[in-house]
Amino acid sequence: MSTTNKEIGPPVIELGVMGWLRKNLFSNWYNSLLTISGLYLLYILIPPLVNWIFLDANFVGSTRDDCTNEGACWIFIQQNIKLIFYGLYPTEELWRVNFVYLILLISGIYLLIPNLKRKGWVGAFLLIIFPIICVVMLSGGLGLEAVETRLWGGLFLTLVIAGVGIVLSLPIGVMLALGRRSKLPVVSLLCTIFIEIWRGVPLITVLFMASNMFPLFMPEGVNFDKLIRALIGVMFFSAAYLAEVVRGGLQAMPKGQYEASQAVGLTYWRMMALVILPQSLKMVIPAIIGSFIAIFKDTTLVLVIGLFDFLGIIQFVGTNPDWLGFSHEGYVFAAAVFWVFCYAMSWYSQRLEKKLDTGR
Amino acid sequence: MSSELMIEMKNVHKWFGELHVLNDINLEINKGEKIVICGPSGSGKSTLIRCINRLEEHQRGNIIVEGTELTNDSRSIERIRGEVGMVFQQFNLFPHLSILDNCSLAPIWVRKLPKAEAKEKAMEYLKRVQIDDQAHKYPAQLSGGQQQRAAIARALCMEPRIMLFDEPTSALDPEMIKEVLDVMVGLAQGGMTMIVVTHEMGFAKEVADSIIFMDEGQIVEAKNPKDFFDNPESERTKTFLSQIL
Repeated sequence: MSTTNKEIGPPVIELGVMGWLRKNLFSNWYNSLLTISGLYLLYILIPPLVNWIFLDANFVGSTRDDCTNEGACWIFIQQNIKLIFYGLYPTEELWRVNFVYLILLISGIYLLIPNLKRKGWVGAFLLIIFPIICVVMLSGGLGLEAVETRLWGGLFLTLVIAGVGIVLSLPIGVMLALGRRSKLPVVSLLCTIFIEIWRGVPLITVLFMASNMFPLFMPEGVNFDKLIRALIGVMFFSAAYLAEVVRGGLQAMPKGQYEASQAVGLTYWRMMALVILPQSLKMVIPAIIGSFIAIFKDTTLVLVIGLFDFLGIIQFVGTNPDWLGFSHEGYVFAAAVFWVFCYAMSWYSQRLEKKLDTGR
Repeated sequence: MSSELMIEMKNVHKWFGELHVLNDINLEINKGEKIVICGPSGSGKSTLIRCINRLEEHQRGNIIVEGTELTNDSRSIERIRGEVGMVFQQFNLFPHLSILDNCSLAPIWVRKLPKAEAKEKAMEYLKRVQIDDQAHKYPAQLSGGQQQRAAIARALCMEPRIMLFDEPTSALDPEMIKEVLDVMVGLAQGGMTMIVVTHEMGFAKEVADSIIFMDEGQIVEAKNPKDFFDNPESERTKTFLSQIL
């Protein structure tokens, strides 16, 4: 390289804040027009919103009389926070729910910190022992007072339904996807029928069936918990969608990967577990997380079978005569909480993708 | 060299739909023999070696590898795959695993070796193909020649008694072909039984005990290298040789 080449820098116009602005926002007359109208739109929308949510809002108080009606009245949320977060779960037993949250939080943080050892054990604990802890702690047993699931509600119920749906639907979905691609015609046919039936029915119908029709088929006296029935419905519904997502990933795998695995002597299940699934699941991470987010939001539909999830209970609280007229606050709060959870999943998926990228 | 029979193919036929891709193949390969198979594309040479480890299923005739006949019985297939290593044109390394893990995966899960031992042995073979310094990289970070040598090491880690090579240098840039061929020559000198589908005639001359020319699913000519190049009998062989030499 000669030195003269080094002396020629990039054109000044490309550099610095001005360069960036010129290049990205004002590169020609219609871009400039769009930029200016965009800024104007933000100017109209943002300040009133900020005023309503923060500046003019009421944060302290205990009754609706403390609300000045200029901005949002967050006292509404604050006063009903127990209902919104836990439903009708007995107040003196709330520590059990919080204990479960705490375990989840600690193990979650442990898994997120890079380079810690024994993450496999923590993962295994979360998948095998933690569910048992959950069942005992939340519904009772081993000396703990029983808490019927009809008392469960609010964000807590949403997390239970979404959590169980997400955790169980992925393995079922993977098995269904493998089954649908199986060389055995009976297996493949059964999986295809299962997937297409569940995918062809709206979730609301599934929930109605689980809640109203299912008991008709059961012998008299046998009574499944309504929540469990809803969980099973959500789980299979989500599994059917995931199965197709996973199948897409399996189909994108080059034939050479199957052949190389077979040539070194891996049996079908080892080939799938060690070579094919790690790669194909990685390819469809965005779609899998998309399904998870959809299921998380779809849990709001359990309202139709009389379970009061997060959104349901916010609507319910809004009908309390003491707090009529505060539904805006309720919905904005619900939207914010839903967004936080969904964005967290999305963020995690991007992180996972980066981490697993081996440059292919 | 003993004349222990390693692979025997008797009246093997295979069709892809209507297409007769293998037409009455008869072949006997002894321990330590090196066979090179060449022929125009579509002549069935890849299909032939892929039948030996059941990546393709033959429809008529018998294939016997080390005394075990290939049938639909999955145990016979597994046993044979354990004895037969394969190297592919497109390398087919596992992109989500490091080179070292690529090599130790099957020894750990198929041979049930302890992890440490499997990795130690993998390093040994990587050293033999001279990429032990790349062991912790991922396949995508290696050049084509390095990837193919890693793929050879991966096959060797299973300590196979037979090695199949399916056009191992066809996907490589010219300057990388030699490094792969050198590894293969070394392997041949070590006494490995090898079947190589390739158009590298220099390699064939140097290494092969016999060269097989295939066309339209049939073995047209099978001779030792000297006779194969100096007095080919069939017109098809002569035309083919005139085109590639």
